[in-house]
Amino acid sequence: MATKNYSGKTIEVTDEGYLVNPKDWTPEIASEIAKENGINLTEKHFAVINFMRQKYENGETLTIRSVGKSGIVDIKGFYELFPGTPLKLASKIAGLPKPSSCV
Amino acid sequence: MQKEAYPLKKVCIICAKGTLEDVYATLVLANGAVMEGIETKVFFTFFGLDAITKKRINSIHTAVVGNPAMRLPGNLPFPTLLGILPGMEALASYMMKKEMEKLDIPSIPEFLEMITAGGGEIYACKLAMDMFKLKKEDLVDEVKDILTVGDFYAMCGGEGTQIIFT
Repeated sequence: MATKNYSGKTIEVTDEGYLVNPKDWTPEIASEIAKENGINLTEKHFAVINFMRQKYENGETLTIRSVGKSGIVDIKGFYELFPGTPLKLASKIAGLPKPSSCV
Repeated sequence: MQKEAYPLKKVCIICAKGTLEDVYATLVLANGAVMEGIETKVFFTFFGLDAITKKRINSIHTAVVGNPAMRLPGNLPFPTLLGILPGMEALASYMMKKEMEKLDIPSIPEFLEMITAGGGEIYACKLAMDMFKLKKEDLVDEVKDILTVGDFYAMCGGEGTQIIFT
């Protein structure tokens, strides 16, 4: 298992860079992971991230569709906020495990 | 997961059949590719056109006759003779769609919206359109263009590109 230094702390991450323990997450860590991926987090990004963390805590499977129905962004907006692979990228920044959904 | 030395960059998916399972195979593959940041082009032809035709898009069914994999709830065998009853095909398709909804699998129109929202492109086959006497306005808005086979192949070039026939 790899580790990374985020906001002065050593954090356990997977080989693909997802936090091993979602409880390690802080908004500062989110900003640092986002920067590594070329994203400057805005309030809108955080609204999506918090929505995803909430869903995760409720034990729900995260899908692009559920984010699209969050009322925060539509699916197009989600792709714009987290370009390329929105569900994976947003999960990583939100300190959540790699998404396991096919839709 | 190990990193591929030659990652997939583009997929061109062809859907030629109009049954629920064939259309969904196409849509799940296409949307999955878009989600992974892979350039995605989907080409609907022949009966596959039903999935992008306004009048047909909401009545895509699964075959209950001649489908050996068909099962009743509880994994009981589904006799082919049962399938000939009127309404059986619609009922089986309705039940299947209900099960999919439980898994958060989108409907066909919603899937098309998701694919295009993520930058995927939807195309229709010119020859099949002529055959079924369809016009551009008969198709859903997500369809980007009507192509000949040659046009389609011209889009399928490049390193790391795969053509998938579902």
